[in-house]
Amino acid sequence: MPETTPAITQATLVKKAAPKSDYKPADVSPQRRVQRSFAVRLWSVRHSRLLEWFYARFADMFLAFHPLWKGIGYSRVEGPVKFVEKRVKGFMFDCRMCGQCILSSTGMSCPMNCPKQLRNGPCGGVRANGNCEVEPDMPCVWVKAWEGSRNMVHGDRILDVQKPVDQSLRETSAWLRVTAQAAAAREAARNAANPGAPV
Amino acid sequence: MNGRQRDENPAGIHLPLDPLPGHTSRGRLERVLRRGEFAVTTELNPPDSADPEDVYNRAKIFDGWVDAINAVDASGANCHMSSVGICALLTRMGYAPIMQIACRDRNRIAIQGDVLGGAAMGVANMLCLTGDGVQAGDQPGAKPVFDLDCMSLLETCRIMRDNGKFLSGRKLTTPPQLFLGAAINPFAPPIDFRPHRLGKKIAAGAQFVQSQYCFDVPMFRAYMQKVRDLGFTEKCFILCGVGPLASAKTAKWIRSNVPGIHIPDQVVKRLEGAQDQKKEGKQLCIDIINEVKEIPGVSGVHVMAYRQEEYVAEIVDESGVLKGRQPWKREIRRDDQLVADRLDHILHDEITETQVDMVKTAH
Repeated sequence: MPETTPAITQATLVKKAAPKSDYKPADVSPQRRVQRSFAVRLWSVRHSRLLEWFYARFADMFLAFHPLWKGIGYSRVEGPVKFVEKRVKGFMFDCRMCGQCILSSTGMSCPMNCPKQLRNGPCGGVRANGNCEVEPDMPCVWVKAWEGSRNMVHGDRILDVQKPVDQSLRETSAWLRVTAQAAAAREAARNAANPGAPV
Repeated sequence: MNGRQRDENPAGIHLPLDPLPGHTSRGRLERVLRRGEFAVTTELNPPDSADPEDVYNRAKIFDGWVDAINAVDASGANCHMSSVGICALLTRMGYAPIMQIACRDRNRIAIQGDVLGGAAMGVANMLCLTGDGVQAGDQPGAKPVFDLDCMSLLETCRIMRDNGKFLSGRKLTTPPQLFLGAAINPFAPPIDFRPHRLGKKIAAGAQFVQSQYCFDVPMFRAYMQKVRDLGFTEKCFILCGVGPLASAKTAKWIRSNVPGIHIPDQVVKRLEGAQDQKKEGKQLCIDIINEVKEIPGVSGVHVMAYRQEEYVAEIVDESGVLKGRQPWKREIRRDDQLVADRLDHILHDEITETQVDMVKTAH
C-alpha cells in the first residue's frame, strides 16, 4: 500500500542511479511505446452503440459464410482473415490480438491495452482525473469501457466475470473462432431439435 | 485448559479450529465476522530481513487488539519478505494471517501452488489482489506478469475450494478451506461502476472485502448506500480501510504520489491547523472509525498504519470498536506454565552432574 514518509520514491532513486547517456527514451512503459495516439480508440468508445450494431450484422455475415470457410478450410483462411482482422481492429481499438475478443462486453474499449491487462474492471489505482496509474497520460481503459458500455444495448455484459486469458490463443483470429463456435452451437441445436436426423 | 480464549484449538494454537456449519474456513476471522462482531484487521509491515524474530516482533504489538493480520505481497511493488513466508511464521505462533496474493509477480501455475501451500500451513484467509504496477516499486525493470486478475484469481481459489479442482480441471485430493477476500476502492473513478464491481467480486467468490484508505466519509457512505441497495451487504462482509496520517505533508505527498488514495482538502487543512500533527492524524483516524462503524453494512475496520504500527492498539482502544471484546491473544497455557514452574530450576541451578555422580546417587 502506501509509502508515506520518503519524499522521493524508491523507483525515482533507481531511475536516477541508472547509467547516464545521451539517448533518453520517453519516460513511458514499453507497452505505450508501440502505441499511437488514443484518438481513434476513444472515437470507437464514443460510438460503441453503432459498432455494436455493426458487429452483430458482421458476425451474422461471417456465420453465413461458414460453409465457404469450411469448404476452403478454416486453417487455410486463417492467414488472410487474421491479416485483415489485425489491421482493422488494430486501427479501431489498438487490438493486441489476444485471440479471445471481448470488446462487446467491455464497451468497445480493448482491455488488453490496460497495462495490467485486467479483463474484469478497473484496478484501484485509477487517478482522480480518470487516467491510468501506470501511464499518467492515458485515459483508463476501464473508465472508457464503462462509459462505452452505458451507450450499448447489451452494455450490462460488462458485469459478467471473464475467464483468465488463454495465452495459447494469442495471435489467432477471434472472428473465425467465434464463427466456428457459433456454427457448432447451431448444429448442436439443430441435432437436439430433431434427434432422428443423420449426424 | 484455557477457557478464556474463545477461538483457539485446545490441542495447539497453530492448529485449525473445528469446522462449523456454514463456514468455509477453519479460521478465526470468519468466526468473528459470522458471529456478528465488529472485526478489526491490520497490516504487518513486512521486514527486509531473513530473521523470523523481525516478523514476530512486528506481530506482537498487535496482540489482543486485532482479529487478523494481513501479510502483504510485495506491496507497492517493493521487494520484502514474501507473504507466504510471513504466513508460515505467523501460523506457527497461532496468529490468524490474511495471505495477500498479488497477480503481478506470479502466473496461475505458481499462484495455485501457493494457495495449496498456504492452506496446508494453516492460512484460513486469502485476499486476492491485482497488485500495483511494477513502475511503482524499487524494481521498475521487472517483468509484470498479471497472468490472472483479481477477479479470475478469486474464481480460481473458489473453484479450488468448492469444486476441489485446479483451474485445469485436475482434481485435488484435499481442497483448501478458505475464507476469500478482495479489495475495494470506492474512491477512484469510475465511481458509479464501483458498486457493480463489488458485485462482480462477490460473484467470483469474495466473502469479505477490505477497502482502500477512507478519508472521505460522505463518499464512503454514498457507496455503501448503493451497495446496500444492490443487496451486497448480505453476501459479503465489508471492512473499511482506515489509517493515521503522520502529517499534512505526508497527506499531500500521498495524494499526489500514491494512486488510488483520495484525501479531501478539509483533511489536509485539519492536519495543517493542528499543533501536534501526528496526534491529530491519529485523532482523525479515530473520528473516521467512529463515523464508519455506524454505517449499516460495515462489518469491521482494516487499520493500515504504515510505519506507525505502534498506534494501532491505541486507535482500536480509543475508538472503542471492540466494545470490551478482546481478540485472540497469544498466552502461555496453564499446562505449559506448570511445566515451566516445575522445571525452571534446571535453567538456574549450577549443578554439573557427571555420570559417575549419577551412579553414586542411584545406589
